[in-house]
Amino acid sequence: MLRVDAIKKGIVLDHIQAGNGIKIFERLGLRNAEYSVALLMNVPSTKMVRKDMIKISDILNLDLTMLGLLDPSTTVNFIEDGKVTNKVTVELPGRVVGLIECKNPRCITSYERHGPSIFMLVDKETKEYKCFYCGERVKV
Amino acid sequence: MGDDVKVQHFIDSLDFSTEEYNALFSLANKIIASPTEYQSLCSGRLMATLFYEPSTRTRLSFEAAMMRLGGQVLSVANSATSSAVKGETLADTIRTAAGYADIIVLRHPKEGAARLASLYAPVPVINGGDGAREHPTQTLTDMFTIQTYEGRLDNLTIALCGDLKYGRTIHSLIKALARRGKTRFFLISPEELRLPEHVKEEVLDGGAGVEIQETTRMEKGLREADVLYMTRIQKERFFNEEDYIKLRDTYILTPEKMALAKERMIVMHPLPRVTEITGEVDKDKRAVYFQQARLGMFVRMALIAYLLEVV
Repeated sequence: MLRVDAIKKGIVLDHIQAGNGIKIFERLGLRNAEYSVALLMNVPSTKMVRKDMIKISDILNLDLTMLGLLDPSTTVNFIEDGKVTNKVTVELPGRVVGLIECKNPRCITSYERHGPSIFMLVDKETKEYKCFYCGERVKV
Repeated sequence: MGDDVKVQHFIDSLDFSTEEYNALFSLANKIIASPTEYQSLCSGRLMATLFYEPSTRTRLSFEAAMMRLGGQVLSVANSATSSAVKGETLADTIRTAAGYADIIVLRHPKEGAARLASLYAPVPVINGGDGAREHPTQTLTDMFTIQTYEGRLDNLTIALCGDLKYGRTIHSLIKALARRGKTRFFLISPEELRLPEHVKEEVLDGGAGVEIQETTRMEKGLREADVLYMTRIQKERFFNEEDYIKLRDTYILTPEKMALAKERMIVMHPLPRVTEITGEVDKDKRAVYFQQARLGMFVRMALIAYLLEVV
């Protein structure tokens, strides 16, 4: 099996659904990272059979707001001195910018080049979001 | 975007609290009582009205409001034939207009256009109607009219008749009234034009003591209503002319129907009316739709003064 060393300090994104790792990698802008990043795909898992993982070395302040939307099964481990100092499960973000496209053909975002798509969380249970501009609702 | 200046806009009818609504009504009443005291309030101020779809009434109302406050108006009667045709984005047009004017009124066929404009404008933006979504100053007008004639905004029975599906003024008005609580709504419409479920849910969650009764028969709501709000069934909402003609004539208010209503009921309409209220009804003292339009101008004066922070 492929081995990637444990990190001393940084963030480990674990329990990512197999296949979603690359999407998260791109979305977090890790392609241009100046620190070491390991993207592990199809790692054997007792709980998930196969999972993806991302190990990010040296930084602890990455904006992970969108993780809840990209893959709600992800767990985030913050590592310092080689130990897990904080372990969090992700939540749906309250505000999502540039990730959801409004399907309402009458929405201003359907024809205006400017203006990022913005969606606001309406209901955590039903995973429903509302377009900031036109109010159109979508389930994610 | 990226402007740090905090500017207040009026985009959605629920952007303002009930206290803010009441403050605007109080100011509008003061303006009505002594208009000369307010005639120079906005002297030296400019308002730009950008209308991407025609609406004579709304534009005239805003322009009259600004002029009666001593301000001036830059008007593009049909913005869709100017910069937008050359491919300029709304965001760019707004940023340019904001460089000339102190306040902007925008009417646009796309839903959420005014919300987008507010992200780019360093001056207040008033939504003069965005597609089928919102028309908050109509709500302000409607609420002010009800307050003026009924003396209150709660404990009322409101009958709304006509196109309750696409009529944006209806959705905003219902939500704003529901917020006051203890309101009974009679929703009178053909099956095809019923109030959307999501609006109904929002209204029922919105205030305590809100009741909704739906009916296809006009007579039922008429007998009990304190306010009858009529709407136009818009031709542009139909794909098929035959369907439009069939539904257009379904709910027509006549003197005979008015005979069923309470002596103190008022009849409102956002105008323009087509065939849904016959000319004979205009003579009935309960028909207040033209006064409603006039009250709209006064409450818009109050809104402009409030957003420009000159009161």
